[in-house]
Amino acid sequence: MFNPNATDIDGPILFSPENEKQLATLIQRYPYKRAALIPVLHMAQAQFGWLSPGVMAYVAQRLELPEGKVLQVASFYTMFDKKPVGRHKVEVCTSVPCCMMGGFAVVRHISERLGIGVGETTADGRVTLLEAECLAGCGYAPLLQVNGEFHENLTPERIDALLATLR
Amino acid sequence: MERVITANWHVEKAYTLSVYQQHGGFKSLKKVFGMERGAVVPELIKSNLRGRGGAGFPVGAKWSFLPKGTDVPKYLVVNADEGEPGTFKDRFIMERDPHRLMEGCIIAGFTLGLKAAYIYVRGELVLAAQRMEAAIAELYATGLLGKNIQGSGLDFDIYVHRGAGAYICGEETALIESLEGKTGQPRLKPPFPAVVGVFGCPTVVNNVESIACVPLVIERGAEWWAAQGSEKNGGPKIVQISGTVKRPGTYEVPNGISLRDIVFSDLYGGGPRDGRTIRAVIPGGTSCPVLRADQLDVKHDFDALKEKPFDTMAGTSGVIVMDETVCVVRIAARIARFYHHESCGQCTPCREGTGWVSKILDRIEAGGAKRAEVDQLLDIVNNIRGNTICPFGDAVGMSIGAYLRQFPEEFIAHVEQGRCTYPAW
Repeated sequence: MFNPNATDIDGPILFSPENEKQLATLIQRYPYKRAALIPVLHMAQAQFGWLSPGVMAYVAQRLELPEGKVLQVASFYTMFDKKPVGRHKVEVCTSVPCCMMGGFAVVRHISERLGIGVGETTADGRVTLLEAECLAGCGYAPLLQVNGEFHENLTPERIDALLATLR
Repeated sequence: MERVITANWHVEKAYTLSVYQQHGGFKSLKKVFGMERGAVVPELIKSNLRGRGGAGFPVGAKWSFLPKGTDVPKYLVVNADEGEPGTFKDRFIMERDPHRLMEGCIIAGFTLGLKAAYIYVRGELVLAAQRMEAAIAELYATGLLGKNIQGSGLDFDIYVHRGAGAYICGEETALIESLEGKTGQPRLKPPFPAVVGVFGCPTVVNNVESIACVPLVIERGAEWWAAQGSEKNGGPKIVQISGTVKRPGTYEVPNGISLRDIVFSDLYGGGPRDGRTIRAVIPGGTSCPVLRADQLDVKHDFDALKEKPFDTMAGTSGVIVMDETVCVVRIAARIARFYHHESCGQCTPCREGTGWVSKILDRIEAGGAKRAEVDQLLDIVNNIRGNTICPFGDAVGMSIGAYLRQFPEEFIAHVEQGRCTYPAW
C-alpha cells in the first residue's frame, strides 16, 4: 500500500553498482563535485523513488556538500519530489496556450477517472496527478508527460488508453 | 520555402552520425578547420545571424566579446532550457537533428579556443537528452570529439547537463548558477558571462537554434544567409504556431515575414477555426506584449516588432493565437500565475509582486474585484519592471501591462459585470 506520509526510504540507502559507475562519470564532467549535484539528484530520485531526508543526506555525503545545500537545491526545482509519489507521475500542462486548448479538461477527466485531485496519489500508489508548466509541445495541445514521455493531441479516448497502461 | 534549419527533421534516423554525414553533416566543420581561425566571427557578424533564445542579440557580436588568450579555460554553454510558453523548436532540433547542434558547438570550440561545451537541457526533455548523449558518444567514438579532433589540434568535449524544472534557469546567469550545482538565482550583470561565466571562467551562452545555425551559415556563406531575411535579421527562422488556428505546429520561414501571413496563410497557421475571428496574437512567447488582431501587419523579425505602435518583441517566435472565445483577462491571470510560480524569489518586487498581481487578476477574472484594483494592477507591474536583478521582472511588467493597455475594456467589463462571460475552460 502506498504511504503518502512515509518519512524516509525503507532499507539501506546505497547507490546500485550501475549508479556508482554513473556517479563517477558525472563527477568527472565538472571541475568540482558540487556541479554534479543536479544530475546526481536525478539519478538518486530514479533509484529510490523520491528524495527523502535519508537520500538527500546520502547524496550530500557522496558529493561532500552540506546537507542544507542539498535540501536547498532539491526544494528549488519542481522535478524533485521531497514527498512520496506514485509509480507514475502524470503531469498535465496547463500553461498558455494549453489552458485554452483543453488542458484543464484533461486534468478533470483524469481526476474523475482515478478519483484523485491535483497533487494527490491513488491509494494503490499507481498514479500521482499534477499540473505542469509549459512542456514545449504547444502546437500539439493538450498534452501531458508521464515517465519521461510526452502524450500529445489528447482526446478522452487517448487518455483512457494511456491510463490503462499505467500499472 | 526550402528547408534549411529543419532540413533533417523528417529524414529517418537523422539523429545518427552516419545519416547526418550522408546529408552533408560535418562538411562545415571541415571547412572551418581549413579557414583562418579569425575569419569565422566576421562571417557570423556579416550574416546577421541573430540569437534565437528570445533577445535576438547578434551571435557574431556575442562571440567577439570573449577575451582572446586567457590563462583560464573558456566555455560554451548552450541554453537548451526551452520553457517559454508557446515555444517548441529547440526540443525538436535536439531530438531530430542533435549532430547539427554538436557541429555548431565544435565550430565554436575551434573558433574561440574553448575547453568544452555544456548543453544545459531542461529536465523534462528526456528524449532530447538521450539523443544528445547518444550523439556525443558517437562523436567520441569516431574522433570528432576528444583530443586533437581530425588532426586540427583542437581538444574539445561536450557534456549534457539536465536541469530539473525551473523556467528561470533559461536566464543565462541563473542557468550558469544551476550548472554549478546551485539554485537558479540570477546574478547581477555586469560582470557579463563573457568575463565571469561558468566556474568563474569566460563563457559564451547561446540558444540551441542559434548554435545549430552556425554550420549552416558556414555552409551557405554569410552573404546568402544575410539575404534570406530582412535587414539586420539574416537567415530563415523556425516559427512555432499554437492556439486557436487550423494548423498549429512548427514552420521554417524567412526572417521578416509578415505576422499576418504567419497566422492566416494556408502555408502556415491557416487562420481561425470554425469560422471565428482572431482577437489577439502573442508574437514570441508569453513574455512578449500581446498584439490586437488589427496589429498584425508587421514584419516578424527582431527589430520591426519593437517599433511603435507594436512595442513588442520577436522573442522565441512562439506565436500564440487567440480567437473571440478566449478571455484575455483569464490569459493574463494564467500568465501571472506562471510568473508567480517561476519567480526565483531573490528580488522583493518580483517575489511579492507576482503573487499580488496573480491574486488581483484571479479576482478580476472571477468578477469579485473593485474598479480601483485594475489601476492598482498597472501600478504594481510598473513597479516590478526595472527594479529587479534580471529581465524576468521586466517580462512580468511588460507582458501583463500589455493586456491592460490593449484590452482595458475587458478588465472593466469583468469588474462591472461581476463575472466572466467567456466560455469556461
